Amino acid sequence: MCSRCRDRALIGVLATLLLATAGCDRERRAFRAQTWVPATAPQVSVLRAGPGGWPAASPAEPVATPPSRSNDQPFQTNRWAVGEGKRLYSWFNCAGCHSPAGGGGMGPPLIDADWRYGSAPHEVFASIVEGRPNGMPSFRDRMPAADTWKLVAYVRTLGALTPKDVWSARADEMAEIQRESPRSGSAGAEHPRDTER
Amino acid sequence: MPAASAPMDVAEDGQWTMPAKDHASLRYSGLDEIDTTNVATLRVAWRFKTGLNSGHEAAPLVVGNTLYVVTPFPNELYAFDLNNPPAVKWRYSPPVLPAAVGVACCDSVNRGATYADGRIFFNTLDAQTVAVDAESGTELWRVRLGDIDRGETMTMAPLVVKSKVLVGNSGGELGSRGWLTALDAATGEIAWRAYSTGPDADVLIGSEFMPFYEQDRGVDLGVHTWPPDAWQLGGGAVWGWLSYDPELDLVYYGTSNPSPWNADVRPGDNKWTAGIFARDPDTGSARWFFQWSPHDLFDYDGVNENLLLDVQVDGHTRQALLHPNRNGFIYLLDRRTGEMLSAKPFGHITTSTGVDVATGRVRHVEAKMPTFGKVVRDICPASSGAKDWQPSSFSPRTGLVYVPHQNLCMDWEVIEANFISGTPYLGVNDTTYAGPGGHRGELTAWEPAAGAVVWKIEERFPVWSGTLATAGDVVFYGTMDRRFKAVDARTGELLWEHETSSGIVGQPTTFRGPDGKQYVAVLAGVGGWAGAIVSQNLSPDDPTAGGGFVGAMQDLPQYTGPGGELYVFALP
Repeated sequence: MCSRCRDRALIGVLATLLLATAGCDRERRAFRAQTWVPATAPQVSVLRAGPGGWPAASPAEPVATPPSRSNDQPFQTNRWAVGEGKRLYSWFNCAGCHSPAGGGGMGPPLIDADWRYGSAPHEVFASIVEGRPNGMPSFRDRMPAADTWKLVAYVRTLGALTPKDVWSARADEMAEIQRESPRSGSAGAEHPRDTER
Repeated sequence: MPAASAPMDVAEDGQWTMPAKDHASLRYSGLDEIDTTNVATLRVAWRFKTGLNSGHEAAPLVVGNTLYVVTPFPNELYAFDLNNPPAVKWRYSPPVLPAAVGVACCDSVNRGATYADGRIFFNTLDAQTVAVDAESGTELWRVRLGDIDRGETMTMAPLVVKSKVLVGNSGGELGSRGWLTALDAATGEIAWRAYSTGPDADVLIGSEFMPFYEQDRGVDLGVHTWPPDAWQLGGGAVWGWLSYDPELDLVYYGTSNPSPWNADVRPGDNKWTAGIFARDPDTGSARWFFQWSPHDLFDYDGVNENLLLDVQVDGHTRQALLHPNRNGFIYLLDRRTGEMLSAKPFGHITTSTGVDVATGRVRHVEAKMPTFGKVVRDICPASSGAKDWQPSSFSPRTGLVYVPHQNLCMDWEVIEANFISGTPYLGVNDTTYAGPGGHRGELTAWEPAAGAVVWKIEERFPVWSGTLATAGDVVFYGTMDRRFKAVDARTGELLWEHETSSGIVGQPTTFRGPDGKQYVAVLAGVGGWAGAIVSQNLSPDDPTAGGGFVGAMQDLPQYTGPGGELYVFALP
């Protein structure tokens, strides 16, 4: 091979490697992370999903906010995790209350811009784990933390809060479920927790 | 001479003491001051805003000079002084768990209170039944009958029969086990409870049980027509209407869909869901049962109203019961025995070819039977049925039943169903849309003996309000796009309409005021399952939202906003 051709070939290989590495993060699989939410986290739930038990009382302290390092909020830009989150969304009956495509029903829509309890990952995490006062059940002890974070990642794509290349692929279910293209104009903006309500 | 008549003559006293007006559930008033010649001049006498945005489905009651209204969650009970409207005599606010809103399938509605012996009875969303002194508004007793953590709520209007308050639960979408409970009207103590699934001892099936059809005879069918233990999550909720025949001393009521919606996981007839029971009100003991939809495939609940009518069939007067079902048929049953006299279609049906006369069983269309992994399309009626909870009325003068209902079809996909207590137990994705013709609502005038449509009015949206028939030969109903209408009972001609502040899903009632004039009352305030896109701010971008109903209602927000308001009309 001529030296220039070899140089071009080398550049080609390096470029391919670079592109591959850039996509790697988005497609990284994590097979070991199965931890439970620590028992010391405060409880704010009113409705407890799962068998037995009356609702837990309101806590004395507010919900702790975990530090915003990405290590503690895994999967948020991971496309595989978002796909897993889509599966879990149906599996844990989120779809039953919030609708298969996130438009709402017994529970509020997830594809609009209205986030009563906040749209940040740790706020959505708290909503799922702790439950919320107007009927969101608590999934504490019923869902591993890793699954919860995958759900958080997926739910945030419903609100168009993550880059589009992270969104999961087309639905395997009936075509009316077009989760990957929310059309409501005001979706896609982060929404802090509305403490006035 | 009409072929259908009321089972007994009840003198008109100008009151409206129970949602259906009487135990036969006819919703007919003998007041005739407002009639076809003057209804065009009807105007608003007074109004009152409840300040709430959920669907307002209740029937305003009138006892003496007081008008009573129960609101949707948080289920406030208002007493209005008819001598000085809209002055509020008192307001009773029960303590209701806000978390109940999260397990209410179809908006946080309440279908109304009922009155008997100086007490007002109603249910709260978090499954309590309350008794309040009708004069003072003092709470007399309050009992919690269900657990929201198990998906149990209550939305239905109680019925009082012989000093027992009969109430039923909601929760067929969450795997709750359905029941009808009788409470002592004076104390609130449970007199008996009849479950809709499970062993005969739970269902109160004993030696008096004489179902007409072979398939309903046997031991513990509420267990054996299910996979092992599936009856414990079987649904059969009692969230609809109750009727009572004092001569036969039988209570009639229907049971909801079986749980989950995914029928693949519950092979068998799934007794005693999607059917109607006749019971002894003193003991709860079952006398007969008829199943509208054995092994229901489409969430066709069986809880719609049962009008008790005496009908001419083959030259004989039959003590009958008329029931418009979700599955698209209006049934006429013999209310003594549960024998099916006829089942005639009143809407567009693709799911079945009819009801077999020998067995009473629906003949399913094979191509429309859902199964796992398949999307079945053009299923008519949709899951909300040819008709949902909104109650019909009957006029003994015309002999016609006035049926408010809808024209909807759906696509239905069966997926995995997972039970997590306090969350929906469905296993189905679905979306709904208009049926043939494109109009989504209808008001049908039906002749019970012939089983035929006499006239129909088409509406843009489902007619989700109840109807009211009067001796003035006027029929009242409301539309979801904010019209309260009066039509000629014989021809259906529109005689009057009034634009309200929000769409109407309530039950109109009429009464004689302290001044001797006739008034018509109705709650505006769109919502309920059909109106949830507005009352619950669901996203119009998702046709599967709201249990699939949003698909048919994406344009409703263009026609109405939410907001409860009581309207009372009178002649000038």
